[in-house]
Amino acid sequence: MISLACELAGVRFANPIWAASGTFGFGRPYADLYPLRKLGAIVSKGLTVRPRTGNSGTRLYETPSGIMNSIGLENPGIRAFLERELPEMTTYGTAVIVNLGGSSIPEYVEGARLLDDYCQWLQASGQKAVDMLELNISCPNVKEGGLAFGLDTEQARKLVKEVRQATSLPLIIKLAPGARDLTEMARMCEYEGADGVSLINTIQAMAIDIRQRRSVFDRAYAGLSGPAIKPIALRMVHQVARAVSIPVVGVGGISSASDIVEFVMAGATAVQIGTYNMMNLRAGDTLAEQLIDLMNEEGIQSLEEIRGII
Amino acid sequence: MAKVLSNMPLAPGIYLLTVEGTYRARMGQFYMLRCWDSYPVLSRPISVHDISPESISFLYRAGGIGTHLLAKLQPGDSLQLEGPMGRGFPEPEGRTAIVGGGMGTAPMLLAARQLPEAQVFLGFKDAPFGVSRFQDIHSNVTVVSGGMIADHIDPACYDTILACGPVPMMEALAYKTEGSSAKLYVSVEKRMGCGIGACNSCAVTINGTVRKVCTDGPAFPAKEVNWIDLLSL
Ligand SMILES: Cc1cc2nc3c(=O)[nH]c(=O)nc-3n(C[C@H](O)[C@H](O)[C@H](O)COP(=O)(O)OP(=O)(O)OC[C@H]3O[C@@H](n4cnc5c(N)ncnc54)[C@H](O)[C@@H]3O)c2cc1C
Ligand SMILES: Cc1cc2nc3c(=O)[nH]c(=O)nc-3n(C[C@H](O)[C@H](O)[C@H](O)COP(=O)(O)O)c2cc1C
Ligand code: FES
Repeated sequence: MISLACELAGVRFANPIWAASGTFGFGRPYADLYPLRKLGAIVSKGLTVRPRTGNSGTRLYETPSGIMNSIGLENPGIRAFLERELPEMTTYGTAVIVNLGGSSIPEYVEGARLLDDYCQWLQASGQKAVDMLELNISCPNVKEGGLAFGLDTEQARKLVKEVRQATSLPLIIKLAPGARDLTEMARMCEYEGADGVSLINTIQAMAIDIRQRRSVFDRAYAGLSGPAIKPIALRMVHQVARAVSIPVVGVGGISSASDIVEFVMAGATAVQIGTYNMMNLRAGDTLAEQLIDLMNEEGIQSLEEIRGII
Repeated sequence: MAKVLSNMPLAPGIYLLTVEGTYRARMGQFYMLRCWDSYPVLSRPISVHDISPESISFLYRAGGIGTHLLAKLQPGDSLQLEGPMGRGFPEPEGRTAIVGGGMGTAPMLLAARQLPEAQVFLGFKDAPFGVSRFQDIHSNVTVVSGGMIADHIDPACYDTILACGPVPMMEALAYKTEGSSAKLYVSVEKRMGCGIGACNSCAVTINGTVRKVCTDGPAFPAKEVNWIDLLSL
């Protein structure tokens, strides 16, 4: 019997297949479709201290084998999340990861503290809390957004250092594919005490409406995701996994069990499914079983056996 | 997976797709349709056109890649349907008008079926299509071809108006309804990723707050709609 159970930063996951931030809400939209315990974890929509209404204009655009989005971190704010979403999220029988966004170091730190305090209170009163924090330093869709930190290692260092101090929750850092030196960035995260890194966030991209002679998006650029970016994400996961000894979570265009195996072979400990949830609303219902079937066919006993073999 | 019973052209580029199965949906609700694997990436939101005890049907225009793939479906082929999505139109009160313009007539057949007392107005820029399907089930159908459908509707005669069509048509209707006691609900369109409220792609400003077309709509009270929001999909 193959077991997909895995551990990362001291947190146990039923399997290494997680729902990626921004494509899964807080889980509730999918809860009617299949039992969410079939996923290893749900990563929340990116949260900020204050609620955000998101970007104006077109927010989504289809490209060959991908989509571009410019949501702009629309979210109800951390407090509303803690009160209205987290209680239900912790009943799904899957790990809960909060994706934290922000536009300045103090804002990120305030968010991390809020979460930390609330989780300590929950735990003290015997209730389930957040299992892990994913620090989003890579959102391309907000002004002076996380991406400003995600490109430059020294900028990011200040942020990671402060957030690390502000929280006792397990912390992974979500890296931007546009980082000037991705492996240096990942090594910095390891050095500053992050428990892992996840990558990649969307790739900055553009589409033009030739009739209106303007960008399709009000904010000019948007983030590309989906099958189109998988080969790039895979290469980056491979590079980063070789550069650090903390766990690497692979994200980008994954849409099948064999994609998951590719990311594990490239060095990933876990993977996140984003755009594919929209292509197949029931993706999470079957991916873990499909992965086990594929491993059986290929004579793979465990994911450890193939992790980072390339 | 659902099975195609028929997929017939009703007019150039306009198809009526009927799928086997017992479905329940409100007027104005929609399904996410898909009859391909990974290309194109997104499923397509299409309104419920009609429902019978053993089938559900959709009326759509083959415009881009996805809808052209739908148009190739043959009887016996399978496709994926996820839904019904959204809340659809609210239950109307009092005297009701049902207004559809062009492709926006698609969701109004189910409304016409569910509201036999209502008056139905169908507007088309060019040649009308799908009209006989309305006339078969409803005795009170006005068809307008060319011109403004709003010109043919007196809001004072109605308590509720349900409308779907091009934005300018709905906006004209909204202006005309202003100051009358008729409540106008319009069904709006935005590009959709998930259709279930998970991705925040389909945002519209309703009464000053950001809402989702897929789960909060697609029908909203016209006076709460920010029309500028609807200029870009
Ligand atoms: C709630 C709702 C109900 C709808 N009901 C119907 C219906 O009953 N009959 C019908 O013919 N059409 C309907 N539409 C419009 C229909 O979804 C689009 O025509 C269709 O998605 C276009 O796909 P395509 O492959 O032809 O075009 P492409 O150009 O290949 O589409 C590219 C992308 O843009 C999206 N898109 C393009 N046009 C629209 C649009 N008008 N609205 C939303 N997304 C769009 C597509 O879904 C796709 O993601 C509805 C739209 C919504 C939001
Ligand atoms: C609609 C949408 C919204 C997203 N929102 C967020 C977000 O709030 N925070 C974040 O870190 N990543 C966000 N992402 C990025 C995804 O989590 C993921 O990193 C990216 O889409 C690549 O994976 P995929 O190709 O599997 O989608 C979003 C992606 C999409 C498509
Ligand atoms: S389409 Fe995803 S939230 Fe509406």
